[in-house]
Amino acid sequence: MTALPTRKLEAFRYADIDALASVWSELAQPEHVKIAAQQKLQQIWLPNGEEIEVRRAEIIVEAGAEFALFALNTATEYGRIELDVTLREGSHFTLNAANIGAGTSTLEIVTTVRHAELSAVSRQCIRSVLGGTATGSYLGKVAVARDAQHSDGEQSVKAMLLDRGATANCKPELEIYADDVKCAHGATVGELDADQLFYAMSRGLDPAAAKALLLEGFVMGLWDDAQDGDAIRAAARSALRSVT
Amino acid sequence: MLRIENLHATVAGKPILNGLTLSVPAGEVHAIMGPNGAGKSTLAYVLGGRPGYDVTDGTVTFDGQNLLAIAPHERAAAGLFLGFQYPVEIPGVSSLQFVREALNTQRRARGEPELSGAEFIRLAKAEAAELGMDAEMLKRPVNLGFSGGEKKRSEMVQMGIMRPRFAVLDETDSGLDIDALRTVGAGINRIMRAPDKGVLLITHYQRLLDYVKPDKVHVLSKGRIVRSGGPELAHELEREGYAEAAA
Repeated sequence: MTALPTRKLEAFRYADIDALASVWSELAQPEHVKIAAQQKLQQIWLPNGEEIEVRRAEIIVEAGAEFALFALNTATEYGRIELDVTLREGSHFTLNAANIGAGTSTLEIVTTVRHAELSAVSRQCIRSVLGGTATGSYLGKVAVARDAQHSDGEQSVKAMLLDRGATANCKPELEIYADDVKCAHGATVGELDADQLFYAMSRGLDPAAAKALLLEGFVMGLWDDAQDGDAIRAAARSALRSVT
Repeated sequence: MLRIENLHATVAGKPILNGLTLSVPAGEVHAIMGPNGAGKSTLAYVLGGRPGYDVTDGTVTFDGQNLLAIAPHERAAAGLFLGFQYPVEIPGVSSLQFVREALNTQRRARGEPELSGAEFIRLAKAEAAELGMDAEMLKRPVNLGFSGGEKKRSEMVQMGIMRPRFAVLDETDSGLDIDALRTVGAGINRIMRAPDKGVLLITHYQRLLDYVKPDKVHVLSKGRIVRSGGPELAHELEREGYAEAAA
């Protein structure tokens, strides 16, 4: 069995190791997902309601295949979504995911996306909404192999802090060995916009409803392309209500 | 209906309104004109209850109720509508969702039944059509990517849907071309001209007043009303400028 990681490992630097220890025996071995060449697959990962919830997956997207993952990370104590994705020639990977937490929860999304061959595309869009003294992190590495020309990778990472004690860590990272690639990343951490809040309140929304509506606008666009996305929309909406 | 007495207000500690007194009876439209920096927008924001606009003295009552004692959303529920000079963009939230939630929150606060989705859509489409706005725009995020004129039309569509009892319209005419000005002016008359309603029309120029005839015109300068008169005052200001008229 694999040893319990420590915070010295970059991918675990913000992890709640004690919480991880309690579930490690079940998930030291990641689950495996393989999308066969030219196939299309979509998955929606909903939270299961446990206080500690860790999902680790090794994903291989074969040539010309497409994989879209929609994930919601809302565990009240510790939630971790960890992906190691390998992209073969011309494949396409999309991750749209949210950390939504309050109280003292630690939520993290940690990804390594390997553009192993030519012309693969990856799109990662992460939104975090954090209240109380919660910590939400995104550590995302896009690694482009030497021969993986025409790779196209994007990471968009935004976090919204609702309270003074909340923390967001955003770390998009690029490791590129090919010379003809397109990789973009952007990260912002902010608070709710005072102009938008006042505008909403002047139209009659009470402060809590105004906040909830603005946060919906911040997060809910993630699920626009999800098929059968009603459950993740409802779960995200209820998570947002519980943090405001 | 709206009674403002000796209103003093500061923004970031700086006095902007300095003893403003003004009363708008039900059934009337009053225009407030004045040069840049006179305090026009500050007045609008103080009436709307924007944080950071601090009232240091004076009173504002709306149908006898102390307006300054209640929060912005409660003012809306009481029937006050603030038309923004720069309507705010809200990404990710459609106009339909925004206005419907706002309207239904107001209705709940007043003890009125909420509108169903179908009732609301019918109402929103009718108002958009009246104001010459493509109803498809209501499905887009609030004001996002709208031109200046589209934002102002969108404000008037919201006003038409909400049917407030009193509207404070802050430079609703800015950014409008001549055709849009006529449409918006007609909208204000249609929605707000009634014996039990009132309007405070804040504007820089006289041109909107060609379409929305005010009962009274007030000149605001250095945070107080320095002159009041009938509609002819607006023409005099246009001719002679604020410096002359306020002297």
